[in-house]
Amino acid sequence: MAANPHDWLNEHGDYLYRFALTRLRDPHQAEDVVQETLLAAIKSPTFAEQSSPRTWLTGILKHKIIDCMRKQLREIPASELLTEEDANMDEFFDDTGHWAEKPQAWDIPHDALQQKQFLQVLQQCMARLPQKLAAIFTMRDVDELDNEEICKALNITATNAWVMLYRARMGLRKCLEMHW
Amino acid sequence: MLNCKQTSILVSQSLDRPLTWRERWAVRLHLLICVYCRRFTQQLKWIQGAMQSWQTHATDRTEDVLSAAARERITQQLDKFY
Repeated sequence: MAANPHDWLNEHGDYLYRFALTRLRDPHQAEDVVQETLLAAIKSPTFAEQSSPRTWLTGILKHKIIDCMRKQLREIPASELLTEEDANMDEFFDDTGHWAEKPQAWDIPHDALQQKQFLQVLQQCMARLPQKLAAIFTMRDVDELDNEEICKALNITATNAWVMLYRARMGLRKCLEMHW
Repeated sequence: MLNCKQTSILVSQSLDRPLTWRERWAVRLHLLICVYCRRFTQQLKWIQGAMQSWQTHATDRTEDVLSAAARERITQQLDKFY
């Protein structure tokens, strides 16, 4: 495949844009990171040697998305950043620490169709999560960054990260329970 | 003895860091007697396992494309360098 950046835009532009949109949710920010990604790719000394441009470009894109998220988080006043007290999660538990609504047994998807339906519900539930929770959760469970990398990338404490991941999982689980 | 809330916090953290042996033991003990927290634990792991598929699914949806304006802007930027 010719290593022509205009081909990258034609062949992978929409894919990169959709990928960025799943993470950032904002069309303008998604467009910006796609542009930054392609410009960074051009300047890379190895761009002519890439056998799988999409995988390579997606790798660059992930870094650009993290940069963008770090800027977003920096704009949040420190007082609003999640603290441990915020993890009380009173809506999920009663005063004695028992489940307010007991977790129900779920049907595990058995075939491809059910799997697809499940992913659609999961997509809807991810879209309902607050963006920052969804973003950090995605870094952890899709990109498989470890906690230390997440804290460093986003400039947050380990406790903050655990609390945010906990809230993301609780919110997602609850939403899946209601809709799956 | 942990309650369900404390257990749920540690179960979530166990996906992000190694628990201490004390924490692991306390969680195990609670899970032994609590079917709801056992379900919760399985469900968190199940969600974790589905997230890779979620990314593919979410990105494969075809409704969203780069706008013509963005495409034009990016093309102009690329022209400066290539």
